[in-house]
Amino acid sequence: MIILKTEDITAGYTEVDILHDVGIRLKSGEIVSIIGPNGAGKSTLLKTIFGILKPSQGSITLKGEDITGLKPDKIVKKGISYVPQVENVFPSMTIQENLEMGAFIRKDDYSKRLDEVYNLFTVLRERKKQKVGHLSGGQRQMVAMGRALMLDPQVLLLDEPSAGLAPILVSDIFEKILEINATGVAIIIVEQNAREALKMAHHGYVLAMGRNVLDDKGEALLANEEVGRLYLGG
Amino acid sequence: MAELIVYGIVLGSIIALGAIGLSLVYGIIRFANFAHGDLMSAGAYVALFMVTGVLSWIGVPDNTFGPISFGWRMVIAFPISMAVVAVVAILLDRIIYQKLRTKGSGPVMLAMSSLGTSFIIRMVILIIWGSDYRFYRPGLMRPALELPWGIKIRPDQILILFVVLFLVVLLHLFLKRTKMGKAMRATADNMQLALISGIDTERIILWTWGIGGALAAAGGILYGIDVQLHARMGWNFLIPLFAATILGSIGNIYGALIGGLTIGIAQQVSTAFLLPTYKIAVAFVIMILILLIRPQGIFGKE
Repeated sequence: MIILKTEDITAGYTEVDILHDVGIRLKSGEIVSIIGPNGAGKSTLLKTIFGILKPSQGSITLKGEDITGLKPDKIVKKGISYVPQVENVFPSMTIQENLEMGAFIRKDDYSKRLDEVYNLFTVLRERKKQKVGHLSGGQRQMVAMGRALMLDPQVLLLDEPSAGLAPILVSDIFEKILEINATGVAIIIVEQNAREALKMAHHGYVLAMGRNVLDDKGEALLANEEVGRLYLGG
Repeated sequence: MAELIVYGIVLGSIIALGAIGLSLVYGIIRFANFAHGDLMSAGAYVALFMVTGVLSWIGVPDNTFGPISFGWRMVIAFPISMAVVAVVAILLDRIIYQKLRTKGSGPVMLAMSSLGTSFIIRMVILIIWGSDYRFYRPGLMRPALELPWGIKIRPDQILILFVVLFLVVLLHLFLKRTKMGKAMRATADNMQLALISGIDTERIILWTWGIGGALAAAGGILYGIDVQLHARMGWNFLIPLFAATILGSIGNIYGALIGGLTIGIAQQVSTAFLLPTYKIAVAFVIMILILLIRPQGIFGKE
C-alpha cells in the first residue's frame, strides 16, 4: 500500500524553482532513499513534503488524503515527522525535555512511548537530565530522531542523518534507522552517503538538477553501473 | 556603603523584573523592545488609576498594613495592573509587531517601531496624568528600620525584595515545570524546530509578551512604591534594562536577574562619588564596557 506519494512537484524558494515535476512513492513499512549530487533538491523535497515550502505545482498525498500546502504544524498532526539536517535539537534543554517537546501536541499519557524511545537509544536514558548542547554529534542525532519519534509517526523524514558524523557512528545511526523501520515506521531518507543509504533501502530514487533521473529497488540501483559511476563514486 | 548596596539591591531587583521581560521577548522574537521601559510606566500608572480612582470609588478601604505604605487597594491593584499591561503588550504585538513580522521586517524595523510605541505610551500617560511626580500615597511618613552595620531599610523595600523573589521563582517554575513554559524555552532555542514539533509558536509569542508585560508592570509599580511615579520613569529605566540584559547575556533570564542586581548596585554605589543624576550614565558606561569587552555577556558562549 502506498502511504505517501508526491506527484509532479515543482517547488523552491521565491522565484527560483529547485524541484521540477518530482514524483516519489513510499509504501507502508518501507525505506525509500533519495540520493543525488549536491544541489539536486533532495532536502528541498523533504521540506516540501513537510510543508515548510509550498509547491507551486503538483500534489502530496498521505494515505489517499491530499496534504499539499498544509503547514508543518498540521502535517505533524497527520502522522509525518521530520528531522532536519542541522539545528535539529533544542540545545539549551535536557534530553528528556527535547523528547517532551517532540510529544508537545500529544494530549494523552506518552510515558510508554518515552520508554520505547529510550529503549531504542539506551545511551539517552542514562543522560536524560543532560543538556543536549553538551552532547556529541552522534548523540544529538539520536535526540533529534527520538524527538521526531515521540509522536509515533507513520512516516519519518530524515535529512542526511549521517552528515558530519564519524564513520563509526554512521553505521550506528543507520542501524538505528533500520530498527525504527522494523517497528513499522515508513522512512524517507535523504543521504550523501549514497551507497549505505541504498543498501538499506527497499526503493531508491536518484535526483539530479531537481528532476527524477531514475528509480528502482535499492539493490538494483547499487548494481547499476551508471548509477555507480555517476552517483556512488565509482 | 552597606546601605547603598542594600538600596542597590532593591533598585536592582526592580530593574531585573524589566530586564527579564526584555530578555524573554528578545529570546523569542529577536528584537530590542525599546518600549519595555514604558510598559513599566504603564503598569505603575494603571495601578495609580486603580488605587486613587476605581478602588476608592467602589469603596475599598484606604488602610495601610502596619509599617507598610499601602493596603488592600494596592493588593488588588497590583495583579490587575499586571494583567492589564500583559493585555496591552499582547495587543501591541497583534496590532504592530506581528504585522511587521509577517511582512518580513528586520529587527531594526521592529526596534524602531517599538521606539515609536514607547513615545505613544509616554504621551498617553502625560496627557492623562501630566508631568508632575505622583505618589500612591502622598505625604506619608515612611520611617526606616535600623539594621546592624548602620543599614537603614524601609519595610516597603523589604517587601519589594520578597515580591520580586516570589515573581522570579514563579517564572522559574513556569519555565521548568509547565508544558507551556518548556515550549517557550524550546521556541527561544530553535523556533523552526518548535514549529516542526507542532508547537504553535504564535501562541508562544503571545505568552511571552503577556509575561514580559506583566513583569514590567510589577517592576513599575514597585518602583512607584519605593520612590515615586513620573511619566518618564520607564524611559529612564531603558538604559539600565538594556545594560542588565546585555550583561546577563541576551535571552538568559537568570542572567538578566544577576545583571539587574549588578546594575542596580553599581548605580546606587556610584551616588557616593557622583551626583545621583549620573546614575543612568553609570548604567550606560557599564553597558558600553560589556559591549567592548564581552559582548556576549557573562553567561554567553564565546
